[in-house]
Amino acid sequence: MIPTTTFETWATIVAVAVTAIAGDVLTAGAMRRIGDLDIIRAKSGLPGAIKAVVTDSMFLLGVLCMALSFFSLLFTLSKVDVSLAAPASASLTFIGNAVAAKLFLHENVDRRRWFAALFVCAGVVLLTR
Amino acid sequence: MKHVLTPQRYLILLCVMLTASVGDTLLAHGMAQVGPVSLSSLGTLFTALKNPWVIAGILLLIGFFASYLSALSWADLTFVLPSTAFGYIVVALLAHYWQHEHISPSRWLGILLIVCGVGFVANGPPLTEHPIPIDTKHREGAE
Repeated sequence: MIPTTTFETWATIVAVAVTAIAGDVLTAGAMRRIGDLDIIRAKSGLPGAIKAVVTDSMFLLGVLCMALSFFSLLFTLSKVDVSLAAPASASLTFIGNAVAAKLFLHENVDRRRWFAALFVCAGVVLLTR
Repeated sequence: MKHVLTPQRYLILLCVMLTASVGDTLLAHGMAQVGPVSLSSLGTLFTALKNPWVIAGILLLIGFFASYLSALSWADLTFVLPSTAFGYIVVALLAHYWQHEHISPSRWLGILLIVCGVGFVANGPPLTEHPIPIDTKHREGAE
């Protein structure tokens, strides 16, 4: 593995997290915009529900961000140890998602959900050690 | 209107947890059989698609994405995401009881923290109440 500077290491990890957060928030926003899939399926069947999802521009943008996140993770893993990259990017994604969900999706991120994000984040770090 | 999850929706959340973790485990098992893939041997990836473990892993991950999207259509992102983290625990327990891997005390502590985290959100409402439901737009469009 080629040695990298601390800046490069964290820049690649942050890139993975930011693209993952963008993917999650865009997908969640798209699903909120599309509406309850159970209701759509009851009305227009499974093909109708699939069509509603795959023709939504926000959903497609979200999937693009998820793909970018996947490739930046591959790039990061070629430079940074998996034992640092995986838990660091997963934890940043959990915290970042809570912030982004509050800011962009206007979700009610109450104290309970903040604690959940922090506990899960710490748990992921311990689990991947 | 108060949002309460039906048993069917809890089942979908269970699917989100299980399909992601078991799918990843199967994919990892299959790729270990296929061997390392480098940029100069990208063709190996097509060979990997013939491996039954890889096929099963991909099918489960497709199932994961479908159930994840379904869950996001009726629950908040900050409700669904901690549930997906539960999958890490499933992988650790599978590794412990099926593959007989050793789980260190710090990993058990990690498992405990995730269980607590998931417990926090599971007790709360799954969806934020908005004064004007955003999803009415689609319902009108679907008709």
